[in-house]
Amino acid sequence: MNLKELYQEIILEHGKNPRNLRKTEGFNKDAKGNNPLCGDNVHVYLKLNGQRIVEDASFEGSGCAISMASASIMTDLIKGKNEHEAKEIVEDFLGMIKENPDLKSENLNEDEKTKLMCLSGVKQYPMRVKCATLSWHTLVSAFDEKQEEVKTEN
Amino acid sequence: MNINHIKKEFPIFDEKIQNNDLVYLDSANSSQKPKVVVDRINEFYTKQFSNVGRSVHYLAVAATNLYENTRTSVQRYINAKDQNEIVFTKGATEALNLVANTLGQNFFREGDEILITELEHHSNYVPWHFLRKSKNIKINFAEINEAGEITLEEIEKKITPNTKLIAITHLSNVTGAILPVKEITDLAHSKGIIVVVDGCQGAPHLKLDVQDLDCDFYAISCHKMYGPTGLGVLYGKKKWLEELPPYQGGGGMINEVNKDSISYGDLPNKYEAGTMATAQVIAFDYSIKFLESIGIDNIMKHEAELVEYGQELLKKNNSVKLIGNPRNKGGVLSFTLEGVHPHDIATILDEDGVAIRAGHHCCQILHDKLNIPASARASVGIYNTKDDLDQLNESINNCKKIFNIE
Repeated sequence: MNLKELYQEIILEHGKNPRNLRKTEGFNKDAKGNNPLCGDNVHVYLKLNGQRIVEDASFEGSGCAISMASASIMTDLIKGKNEHEAKEIVEDFLGMIKENPDLKSENLNEDEKTKLMCLSGVKQYPMRVKCATLSWHTLVSAFDEKQEEVKTEN
Repeated sequence: MNINHIKKEFPIFDEKIQNNDLVYLDSANSSQKPKVVVDRINEFYTKQFSNVGRSVHYLAVAATNLYENTRTSVQRYINAKDQNEIVFTKGATEALNLVANTLGQNFFREGDEILITELEHHSNYVPWHFLRKSKNIKINFAEINEAGEITLEEIEKKITPNTKLIAITHLSNVTGAILPVKEITDLAHSKGIIVVVDGCQGAPHLKLDVQDLDCDFYAISCHKMYGPTGLGVLYGKKKWLEELPPYQGGGGMINEVNKDSISYGDLPNKYEAGTMATAQVIAFDYSIKFLESIGIDNIMKHEAELVEYGQELLKKNNSVKLIGNPRNKGGVLSFTLEGVHPHDIATILDEDGVAIRAGHHCCQILHDKLNIPASARASVGIYNTKDDLDQLNESINNCKKIFNIE
């Protein structure tokens, strides 16, 4: 167990000053996520253009440093990506959090990969994995226009 | 038994938890178990096991006697008038559901009101919410004051001519406030209102006398009382338990069963359908005797000292904000740390072997009122020491260091 790996400087910084913590004006996709056991909640907003490219991504909500940093980094990374690419990044991220040693996606540059890998420290903290993944599941739900709130109890 | 040497009676403190000594500050959630209780479960299953109340063979009769001995011990511990006023359930949650369900069948009419408080655990709100839905009744909330207390005056203010029942916690699992149950009951009864008490936090930490409190029902959680999980106790005044219908149907709770009619058994069997948590009930007798051997007065004195010490320690710690400051306070220290989410606090403390709880502690109404999504909670039990609270404070300082807080 290594707290330093979990609470890396970049996580603390994003947790303290989350990027895109706002509501996108003129958003055309959104979804809510909720973790009923710990009370974390997130609302993801997307603005897609005609080519289904993410023009803007943002979120509102409250939660621990891990969940805020994760949503912050996520919304930064998917801007400029199309829906297909963004969903590949989600799968890659979830795979990395669960079992894969690193990220495979060709849709991320090295700098972006480094940022995401900062969240890999939660692997050692099974109870905290859902903090890191809530906003990502919610993002997919927004793309797919699911009405139901995302819950991360599994 | 001397309370200052009690830790050694609990085998878990011999274990290393992630290479650390365990600093267990989560007893409001569930308490650790003394060796005598753990051994008793083993002994019962190994040497004495049988189902109770049914067969006539030797083991069945002996097990039935052991099971009923616990009922007598519970009666003595809470000073109930009659041992048939003690009903075993699968937990305090089931005890409260039993009351809401059986009272709900005939007692409430549309327009009736139930008064609860903003301090209630979900288990003393959701069962009443079911009645709100099915019987079209209203639920009112007594509000907390600045100190996180519920006062008698506030209860009096919220009682209306339609109030039929008051459901209150004995001791808040978040602010630690101890409610004036006896005074509330006096007031309620003068207006013909029933009083149900959630005693989950009260029973393990306070001297109990249900005849003196005079409440109509009192729910107890045994796993918070240094006893086994899967077990609760419902105390109910005999007149209520006799009058109300059964809760669940099945074996053991009946008198006679025919094709066109069924009659129910006498108390307490009427409410104990099916095979009960036999080993847990029998082991719980040892939990009560363990507490009696220390003495509830010693327990209360010890825990009051711990709370005062912990409170002073945390008050002096910059950035820590204690939740509630009740005059009459039980062993609960809930707090927030400016700039650090409670889940991050709990993870960092855990690294030092300090086990606390983070979240809303099943009290979402209260956290909404306080305008915080979650809090961190350290709660004490008989085995805790001032050293444990020093370690808590030191680990909180480590949180501050990691998060760069003064």
